[in-house]
Amino acid sequence: MRGYLPDYRLGSAKKLEEAFNFLENGARPFAGGTDIMVLMDSGILPPGEYFDILNLKELRGIKLRKDEVHLGALSTYSEIRDHQLIQKHFPILVQSAREVGAIAIQNRGTLGGNIANASPAADFPPGLLVYDAKINLLSSQGIRNLDYNNFHLGYKKSELQPNELIHSIILKPHFLKYRHFWRKVGSRQAQAISKTMIAAVAKVNKKKIEDIKIAYGSVAPTAVRCSHVEFFLLGKTLNSKIISEAKNILVKDIQPIDDIRSTGKYRLVASQNVLEEFLCGIG
Amino acid sequence: MKKIKLTINGKLFSVNSNPFSRLLDVLRDELKLTGTKEGCGEGECGACSVIMEGKLVNSCLVPILQAEGKKILTVEGLAKKSLTPLQKNFMKCGGAQCGICTPGMLMAAHAIQLKKKKPSKKEIREGLGGNLCRCTGYSQIIESIQATRSKA
Repeated sequence: MRGYLPDYRLGSAKKLEEAFNFLENGARPFAGGTDIMVLMDSGILPPGEYFDILNLKELRGIKLRKDEVHLGALSTYSEIRDHQLIQKHFPILVQSAREVGAIAIQNRGTLGGNIANASPAADFPPGLLVYDAKINLLSSQGIRNLDYNNFHLGYKKSELQPNELIHSIILKPHFLKYRHFWRKVGSRQAQAISKTMIAAVAKVNKKKIEDIKIAYGSVAPTAVRCSHVEFFLLGKTLNSKIISEAKNILVKDIQPIDDIRSTGKYRLVASQNVLEEFLCGIG
Repeated sequence: MKKIKLTINGKLFSVNSNPFSRLLDVLRDELKLTGTKEGCGEGECGACSVIMEGKLVNSCLVPILQAEGKKILTVEGLAKKSLTPLQKNFMKCGGAQCGICTPGMLMAAHAIQLKKKKPSKKEIREGLGGNLCRCTGYSQIIESIQATRSKA
């Protein structure tokens, strides 16, 4: 059953100071609404006060500053998929934005919301992990900068404190010489939440792997980087034996489970197969 | 309750609503614009699709506060004196069967056309990816849009 409307209040923050006041009073930020409105519809959204942050211009925009790309937390999936800078340097983010929900969701859902929701099945985190993203968190005390790899702490748990907003994601455009790979395994093309997904980049010279970064979503309590597989593959020359060993080592990096969308067994095999697809493509 | 002004199909409206109310409910219950349908209520089916500031959105996922001051186009606003070529082709090609998905399909199709005059079949399919048809009449819906494209 739907949530009871009078139990909910929605204010609006037009300036950062107003946003900090809302946070101090226990109100929760509301951006594109593509998760919150669904929870409201299912009757499981906690009652109380929320505040619209879409008018906070400090959290908007995709910009190149010095040698860094800043993605404002309020960047929508559509803005990310259509942005030339992202298309050129971070194609995995374009692909993942393209496959979130469908157009109407992509026009509303935001990067910050995707991250704050801290779902292990969220589409952006694997890509952010392989691009070595940093995240800026904003409070009345200023900005706190973290490695994105340290942001997610567990299932639906993150470093984000109740007095903080996600401000931006920072990326270094250092991947022009890399091969980029992203694959989401879901029940259908549109509107699917993944059973497993891989994001990977690699720098390969005559089949020899000079650098490699691999991350998965939906197969652990958070999106995860595959340190065992990466360590094993670094410096190796790809052949079928190496690829098959890498697939075996993957079990050390992911912990797929049974849930409503899939089984642990299927997820493991599918995850191994998309790793093989990636490695065969770069070898 | 809050007084909220917004423009729908070119006319200025003022509503007195809980800011958390869904745009969908304001359209249907308060303004009696019942062309926009509710299907799933959670952004999966696209029956409630409308165009807000030139972009396709699910009106079930937009709280009315975020529509304040915005321009909204609903299915009622498509036809002016006569039906649009897109609407005529939905009739001609059998793009509407039971009809519940049709307003959302028309808005998604309109959004595809806003972006590109001559979309490819792939672009049409991508643009309709968030709209479900329980009659499974997808081929005719795609044909309706293609027929409009060829005349555009």
